[in-house]
Amino acid sequence: MIIRFPFRQAAFGAFAALGLGAMSAPALAQGEVVVYCSVQEEWCRPMMQAFERKTGIKVSMTRKSSGETFAQIKAEAANPRGDVWWGGTGDPHLQAAEEGITEEYRSPMLAELLPWATRQAEQSKFRTVGIYAGALGFSFNTQQLARKRLPEPKCWADLAKADYKDEVQVADPNSSGTAYTKVATLVQLMGEAKAFEFMKAMHKNVNQYTKSGAAPARAAATGESLIGITFLHDAVAQAVGGAPVKVVPPCEGTGYEIGSMSIIKGAKNMENAKKFYDFALSAESQALGAQAKSYQVPSNKSAPVPPEAPKLSDIKLIDYDFAKYGSSAERTRLLAKWDAEIRNAPKR
Amino acid sequence: MNRRAADRGHVDVVAALVAVAAFALLPWALTGPGQSGLGLMLAGRWPLPLPVLAAALAAVLAFASPQQAMGRLVMIGAGLASFVLYGFFARHIDGGPMLSWGLGAAIVFAALVLLGSRAAAVAGAFKADRWVATTTIAILASVIVFVFFPVVRVLASAFVDGSGVIDLGLASRRLFSPDIWTLACLYSEGGCGVVANTILLGLLAGVVSTLLGLAFALLAVRGGARNSKLFDAMSILPIITPPFVIALALVILFGRTGIVTTFLDDWFDIPRSRWIYGLSGVLIAQVLSQTPLSYLILRGALQGIAPSLEEAAQTLRASRMHIFRTVTWPLLRPAVAAAFLLGFVESLSDFGNPLVLGGSFEVLSTKIFFAVAGAQHDPGRAAILALILLVLTLSAFWLQMVWLGKKSYVTVTGKGDSGIPAPLPSGVRFAALGVVVPWIILTLVVYGIIAVGGFVVDIGRGDMTTTWKHFSTGFSVELGQNGLFFSGSAWDSFFITVMVSAVAAPLTAIVGLLTAYVLSRHDFKGKRTFEFLTMLSFAIPGTVIGVAYIVAFNVPPIEITGTGLILIICFVFRNMPVGVRSGIAALSQIDKSLDEASTTLGAKTGTTVRRVTLPLLKPAIVATLVFSFVHAMTAVSAIVFLVTARYNMATAYIVNRVEAGEFALAIAYSSLLILFMLAVVLLIQLVVGERKIGRRSVAAKPAAPPVTSGIGAR
Repeated sequence: MIIRFPFRQAAFGAFAALGLGAMSAPALAQGEVVVYCSVQEEWCRPMMQAFERKTGIKVSMTRKSSGETFAQIKAEAANPRGDVWWGGTGDPHLQAAEEGITEEYRSPMLAELLPWATRQAEQSKFRTVGIYAGALGFSFNTQQLARKRLPEPKCWADLAKADYKDEVQVADPNSSGTAYTKVATLVQLMGEAKAFEFMKAMHKNVNQYTKSGAAPARAAATGESLIGITFLHDAVAQAVGGAPVKVVPPCEGTGYEIGSMSIIKGAKNMENAKKFYDFALSAESQALGAQAKSYQVPSNKSAPVPPEAPKLSDIKLIDYDFAKYGSSAERTRLLAKWDAEIRNAPKR
Repeated sequence: MNRRAADRGHVDVVAALVAVAAFALLPWALTGPGQSGLGLMLAGRWPLPLPVLAAALAAVLAFASPQQAMGRLVMIGAGLASFVLYGFFARHIDGGPMLSWGLGAAIVFAALVLLGSRAAAVAGAFKADRWVATTTIAILASVIVFVFFPVVRVLASAFVDGSGVIDLGLASRRLFSPDIWTLACLYSEGGCGVVANTILLGLLAGVVSTLLGLAFALLAVRGGARNSKLFDAMSILPIITPPFVIALALVILFGRTGIVTTFLDDWFDIPRSRWIYGLSGVLIAQVLSQTPLSYLILRGALQGIAPSLEEAAQTLRASRMHIFRTVTWPLLRPAVAAAFLLGFVESLSDFGNPLVLGGSFEVLSTKIFFAVAGAQHDPGRAAILALILLVLTLSAFWLQMVWLGKKSYVTVTGKGDSGIPAPLPSGVRFAALGVVVPWIILTLVVYGIIAVGGFVVDIGRGDMTTTWKHFSTGFSVELGQNGLFFSGSAWDSFFITVMVSAVAAPLTAIVGLLTAYVLSRHDFKGKRTFEFLTMLSFAIPGTVIGVAYIVAFNVPPIEITGTGLILIICFVFRNMPVGVRSGIAALSQIDKSLDEASTTLGAKTGTTVRRVTLPLLKPAIVATLVFSFVHAMTAVSAIVFLVTARYNMATAYIVNRVEAGEFALAIAYSSLLILFMLAVVLLIQLVVGERKIGRRSVAAKPAAPPVTSGIGAR
């Protein structure tokens, strides 16, 4: 037997209808700005609060990694939901600029920035701008080092030494911008052939290619791995948290990331987005990073550099070619090469 | 049948009137000034009223000649075509801006579907059963809109390059890339391709969790009642555990500086290693969370096996081992297949565990995620990988169907069963105890870590100073002038998660069980295809669904990204297959003669459903409600792309904490979620109740089991 009274059918139709109409899209009121935040949550929140307090503009903030945010902005390109994309490593910002899904804006604040930040803006035809910088390097666990009676690693070259067999951790460049920065840095530092030779040698020491870029810093802090290759500020955050780690800027010199900010093309709150953009470049707002335990170097000349931050002046920085290594063609090529030659290479 | 004769198209007329009213009064579009369809039409959008007109004409035809269907079908077809075409191509048709479908449009669409299905039934489809026709077509329509359409849309991107041009050469290069297929690990030092890894992990997870689940189920049902209380209690835990937590606890225990590792190193000189990162760790984590599910499936099936069958064998002097092999085991086959399939498929789509524990061991689900969100930014590659994963999952379902064949597994009949289940042969019993006891200990230790982890400074580094810091960061409540103020940073995501899950769960149960009822009690042309489509979303990995939803539903005509609605829809259609499977499993055990007996005794259909079918379906209802609620609260990969500032979910918050290395806060939040979900599961159990089969109960009733028969097989 079959249940057969029309009420049910009506109810079913109503259900289907309700499904579509029950909750409507949030209307964007005046005085709002939607920010995609790609730094640590601890930094996102005070930043948004500071902006709200200063301007009275309501901020809707979503925190996602820069890769996720890039994917989202791209997917939403036909009908943008966000206004500003604040923070996160520079490459996806540059790629977004390259693909034209972010908006050109020449902020009056550009004059207050350090040269590396303005160069980022010029290279991207003012579609993105640097807001902080962080050098690449590694950190090691001092307790584990003492226990194993190993010499302190000081240079990139050390990481390929047999002493550290199975003791180096670094992220997978396919999933992590940090690790891609490492590949690009080594290529610029040593030349492509040498760099891949080095990575092949280091591969024997790598215990794990993690997914997340900052994870190796955590692994070094807990001793899961002796050495972790990350941005130095990630390692510093672990050290400040009380972990027995020493932060090392490699002796040969190293590359760096420029944490960036972009306005999304077609932003629904363009005026407020620009206000946020200017605010985020001010010395006042950039001082918030250190309070949130983010020890990057701010891009505003007069923003205070947190005392814990690795001094860029003490680090041999290479002249990182963001335009070349941020382009999707070069990245695809290097990643394919890394996949083919390094990932599945034998460990012995 | 007299009821059918009595109906002279009244329903059709009502549906058409509702459509007209919705067109005239309700806002047509979801966004914008809220004009009704009528208003928009007067403003120059002339194609808008066509579908409504078609609906009205069809209703008139239905009223005039109830037995004629052709004219109505043509009308409805034209109406639907104009509705869909105008939705997607408004700009090309009348040059106006695209309109997103809102409440008014949805009701008109629903009316068209209703009228169309009734006409189809009159034309003889669905064996002329209008109720089945309407239900089936309504479900089909929503599955096409919310599963098929977005997935096809995103999979199509496998065949285009970055600028949207079709490039088959690129597609085949993506497909045959060696890092997907290589089997290098078999004959050399190199690693295997991602497909080999995924299949290996899936098979192992399926087999191991099924065997463990079987051991638990046998002990619980046949090994004496004392075990089952503990098992039932334990079996809930992993189901209500948010992702990542088990993996985090395993790292804390067995990582290179883990608690157990350190202990072994200090006391037994067993050197520290990283064995937990990779296949072994992911497998343990997956089996930890899968075993309880397979236990629940197998226990449900074991309880459903009528003891009289075994007693009959016993009377024929078969040994206990022989009975187990020839009676019990064959009857368990559908459930074993279901448990294995679930383990396999869940392992394939698992995202959290490989993320934390995978090390350099890559599986498809994480690779897809990072093809989209990683440094590659290559959605085409993600689409190819998703396609492979889809094929794998569907093959698993297909194999299961082949293995089970078309045998009957009916065990619950109306002929009251008074047997007592045979106890286990002692060999089997000891073997089962041998695997179950260590596993219980492991589970308890893992949950011990979770319980403690939230209250100490940093359990990962061994800093065991007790603190409330993590809870106060996430969940502090202040007593302000306007009453309670929830100032903790986790409250927003918590409230949204609860709301979305609470709305999604009953909807999932309704859609899922209706589908199951139609599938198992009615035969019609195209039933296989219908079944396949309803199961499709289960086979699609969460990451793919997430990206597909953003791509498909961010622009008119369906523009729902950034709303809570998209989360609810995502959960309903992702978890629906579970309702379908558990409903089918329950219904295939219930003999149709029960329905017929009730009818013969003069009960109306409604009464039969209420007093016979529904009570027997209770385990399936509970299973679906619990599963969909809990899965909505713990899903990760599907919603990572769908959450927004306003609609943030608990798991997205936890992922961020894990990414930031704040294991303690992640664990604290998770333990709170566990407690909350536990309370909800018990509440659902209490409200819906349990089915009772057989007149004589063996000893006392075991403690209220949370879920019976998860995904059953047919």
